[in-house]
Amino acid sequence: MILQVENPVVEVHDLTVSYDRKPVLWGVDLTLPAGALVGVIGPNGAGKSTLIKAIMDLLPVSSGYIRIFDQPIKEVRKRISYVPQRESVDWDFPASVFDVVLMGRYGKLGFFNRPRRADKDAAMEALQKVGMQAYAERQISQLSGGQQQRVFLARALAQNADIYFMDEPFAGVDIATETAIIELLRTMRDEGKTVVVVHHDLQSAAAYFNWVILLNMRLVASGPTDQVLTQELLEKTYGGKLTVLSKVGDLLRKQEFPSREA
Amino acid sequence: MSDFTEFFSFTDANVRYVTIGSVLLASSSAVVGCFSLLRKRALVGDAVAHAVLPGVCLAFMLSGTKNPLILLLGAFITGWLSLVVIDVITSRSRIKEDTAIGLVLSVFFGIGILLLTSIQHSGNAAQSGLDKFLFGNAAALIGEDLIVFSVVALLLLVCTIVFYKELMLLCFDEAYAHTIGYPVRALELLLTTLTVFAVVVGIQAVGVVLMAAMLITPAAAARFWTENLRLMLVLAALMGAFSGMAGAFVSYTAPAMPTGPWIVLIISMIAITSFAFAPGKGWVSRMWKQRRNKSRVLEENLLKVMYQLGEPNQDYFTSRNITDIMERRQIPKRAISRGLNKLRREGYVQKDRQSWMLTRQGQTRGMRVVRLHRLWELYLTQFLELASDHVHEDAETIEHIITPELEQKLMQELEYPVLDPHNNRIP
Repeated sequence: MILQVENPVVEVHDLTVSYDRKPVLWGVDLTLPAGALVGVIGPNGAGKSTLIKAIMDLLPVSSGYIRIFDQPIKEVRKRISYVPQRESVDWDFPASVFDVVLMGRYGKLGFFNRPRRADKDAAMEALQKVGMQAYAERQISQLSGGQQQRVFLARALAQNADIYFMDEPFAGVDIATETAIIELLRTMRDEGKTVVVVHHDLQSAAAYFNWVILLNMRLVASGPTDQVLTQELLEKTYGGKLTVLSKVGDLLRKQEFPSREA
Repeated sequence: MSDFTEFFSFTDANVRYVTIGSVLLASSSAVVGCFSLLRKRALVGDAVAHAVLPGVCLAFMLSGTKNPLILLLGAFITGWLSLVVIDVITSRSRIKEDTAIGLVLSVFFGIGILLLTSIQHSGNAAQSGLDKFLFGNAAALIGEDLIVFSVVALLLLVCTIVFYKELMLLCFDEAYAHTIGYPVRALELLLTTLTVFAVVVGIQAVGVVLMAAMLITPAAAARFWTENLRLMLVLAALMGAFSGMAGAFVSYTAPAMPTGPWIVLIISMIAITSFAFAPGKGWVSRMWKQRRNKSRVLEENLLKVMYQLGEPNQDYFTSRNITDIMERRQIPKRAISRGLNKLRREGYVQKDRQSWMLTRQGQTRGMRVVRLHRLWELYLTQFLELASDHVHEDAETIEHIITPELEQKLMQELEYPVLDPHNNRIP
């Protein structure tokens, strides 16, 4: 069940990504419609984060390409926003909440320019949207996990992008934060933005997303939630790894073999 | 004293030069070091510092002069090369970065020493003074050298100001920087280049061996005082500048004293002081906090015991002896009288000859501790499914740290209970 759409905002074409020559994603080929709240779902080690990182051009791809708004990502960076995993940075960094959210404006500012009044307003507005305006001057080292996540979200919002890619925004946050975030994401979707979220909780997936990508080293399904979250497809996703696939991957790494003939 | 006024009047041109040089070199490397520290690449500076030596020697061998620009160029090339090699080793092999740094550092330094020794035995008269690069020679910071190095140091400072926002983002969240279209590789290159330059000018003052201290120590010390990056940069620069000046002063008053090592010693002293006395993070303030906690626990335990002594007959304000308290709870006698005296000063107990009694406030506070203790015991049995004989120890600690807001919340969740798990009334 892999549904391709007309005029996609995101097009992933035959994407293979490897770590140390071992492919962790095999031939992913999918398209996403505009204005969708998309969940990327699969077991641990399925390559969910890898997919997002590859789309954001943070990882080298072994083969395939990605187009966003029918352009290479380098051309449309200003319209894309990324929320990395909370643990990917050291929160004991000497900065305030506001400093971090303001980083969301750096892309628009360009080199040498200092943030203008309008940028500061935008950052404050973003903080308001995630309910953290009272924490603007707080040191980031003093935040709880849920608050850190909101700060990252606010930074992405400050970018005013059209597509958002979020890596596990619900990991380690409390229920209140999770509810607040999903409300926010729904509003964004209703404004016509596309939001792609890596998510590990199958229970809430059906309620949260209107488009779901099932992943386990390869693409199992991509389509509207009600058509994708079926018993059969979930069993295919969670029913263990394809042993042949991972054995071949191991071979490629051991033999130092390229995943495509040069 | 006259040394002091003489030095700080800066009438002696030599003093002026050496001081300006030391201050500029120390503060510029301190500022660059802040970013290295925050990028968690503190050791890289050390590798560069050692790798600079073969460059200096080669530049001298090829040119035959000690022109600072040429030596600087040679230093820059090998310093830079060492970083490239570290990068290549880490990305192309299974060797981790720390191992790669160790390898590169020793190989480059070994070659440097080899070249230096062979130059020294070549009989070339012009070579004298080249060994100063090992431990530095701030006193030689005069004339053309001073101008070259000062200009580079100033450029470093300007660069960090101009690229402040870019460097900050690079250090905090490299991946994000990439996704908003920052040329991350170029920025890395910039920071690397700044580090190499800081090292290259710094070794004039402190030498290759001690250079790492100039990069990292002020940054680490400044980090203890502030949570604001701008302030951290300014503090590190000031600490660097101060140690530079102090180092110059020491070697002025005692000419046998080398400037570079003194600069490093002084900045290290500043760092140690920071680790010890910085508010919040320093160990003195942490020890202070622990002491305060300990005395608070003692006081509250005493109030609790005195409250409990009054519980059977509801006679909370009867006088008690120290032995009454000791029967109830094993606290050393000296600690009891120390705690009681403190409580008296604070107005929670009164003393009447050899016996003590609670005041109204003392009774209230004692009651609160007892209440918190029993509430917590109840909470543990109800929400954590612990057996009622397993909860006392835990409650002994928790009773001292629960805030009024948490207390409210506890009451709510337990639905305003009356009895604790041991069937004692919750006051």
